[in-house]
Amino acid sequence: MSKSLYERIGGEAAVNAAVDIFYRKVLADDRINRFFETVDMEKQAAKQKGFLTFAFGGPHHYTGKDMRQGHAHLVKQGLNDSHFDAVMENLGATLKELNVPAELIAEAAAIAESTRNDVLGR
Amino acid sequence: MPQIRFENRTYALNGDESVLDGLTRQGVSIPSSCRSGICQTCLMRAVQGRPPADAQKGIKETLRERNFFLACACVPMEDMELSLPSDDDLPHIKARVVSKERLNHDIMRFRLRPAAEFNYRAGQFINLHHDDWVRSYSLASVPRGEDFLELQVQRLPGGRASGWLHDECKAGDELNLQGPLGDCYYTQSDVEQSLLLIGTGSGLAPLWGIARDALAQGHRGAIHLFHGSRTAAGLYLSDELRALTQAHANFHYTPCVSGPDAPDKIIQGRANAVALAQFPQLKNWQVFLCGNAAMVKSTKTKAFLAGAALKDIHADPFEFGVTPPREESAQAQG
Ligand code: HEM
Repeated sequence: MSKSLYERIGGEAAVNAAVDIFYRKVLADDRINRFFETVDMEKQAAKQKGFLTFAFGGPHHYTGKDMRQGHAHLVKQGLNDSHFDAVMENLGATLKELNVPAELIAEAAAIAESTRNDVLGR
Repeated sequence: MPQIRFENRTYALNGDESVLDGLTRQGVSIPSSCRSGICQTCLMRAVQGRPPADAQKGIKETLRERNFFLACACVPMEDMELSLPSDDDLPHIKARVVSKERLNHDIMRFRLRPAAEFNYRAGQFINLHHDDWVRSYSLASVPRGEDFLELQVQRLPGGRASGWLHDECKAGDELNLQGPLGDCYYTQSDVEQSLLLIGTGSGLAPLWGIARDALAQGHRGAIHLFHGSRTAAGLYLSDELRALTQAHANFHYTPCVSGPDAPDKIIQGRANAVALAQFPQLKNWQVFLCGNAAMVKSTKTKAFLAGAALKDIHADPFEFGVTPPREESAQAQG
């Protein structure tokens, strides 16, 4: 059997390397940072680890319903396709910065992209 | 099979069942989300027994040291007693006031002798219980070399607790403390790392402990302490801090006055702004932020954006005049 994307991308170590970079990009991105502003940055970073593990096809128990419920409060605040695109962009830029090969980036992007309707509550 | 104790009941776990699965199966609800050791929602603490290494992956060193772990990733190797993160289970301890000394017009130094051994890390805080109030105060003392606990209490306008401490509490009084709490303290991961310490008002208290603790532990990297006050009169411990710069070439002290009355040789500006202008690149730094909650919150984000890793940013925001805090959250003063 061929290795999973998660294994090929570097597993948990890759998630750990990516999370600060990704979270920093998101906080610096005026298109979306208002969704991520919180008093508890550790908790928020841990959630972004959940996001990255998901996008890397790693072990998780999130379902489409979880994605829908987990972002419903953001949809109420106006979360739409343009914000989703911004997150996709930050994900791609993070992996590029970590020198992840383009074809693996494309695979991760496809996994994240597959949640668009759930995340946006449609 | 290992057994776990939680809220005075004992639960048996099956084979390689995690604490989270075992408790959930037996009808105990623990906050959780990803169930894969990532999101840290199911953070718990081992009061007895050691959590396996796998259950502590990815959590902050300061939490790891105090036996916090993730319930979903914890398959116990031995019997354990667990609690959820809260300060209710911390011991109370009596301490006698041995001295009371004014540090400036609104900060009073108290030195206390605990009635029993009290283990803490410089920079942690205690809850002080008196009458019907509870307030948090940082420890300014260091556990190695000082046999007293030191508090530096700022008088707050109309503050009942700080008013009582300033006006009525006297040497010989016995105080009721609970603690230690908080995870804003120095852990030695790299002796060459640069440290940035920023505090406003009595936020200097924990930093005074942290800086001396790091030096006592042989820290060799630069230690930059910025203390901010609105007025020049609000600065304190300046002589002691200058003496520390004389004794240790790697220790640097920058007092800042944000109001218009900055005297000669004192930088005019907010301590956090001055510090970040001087050090715009914080990659591989350890950062300690104490004092005014709004300052701490905004500086935490800025330090992170300037390159400091989240695990290297330690914060102790002081909230004034709110109800007692919970562990890992803000300190309540007043
Ligand atoms: C690209 C597809 C996306 C995926 C796969 C995804 C996945 C996730 C996951 C797994 C979590 C952690 C949930 C938890 O464990 O509690 C999460 C949380 C979060 N996501 Fe997303 N997400 C996506 C898009 C977005 C977008 C577009 C935004 C906003 C611009 C966003 C904002 C957030 C926020 C703010 C949280 C934390 C929520 C909280 O505090 O409860 N996400 N996401």
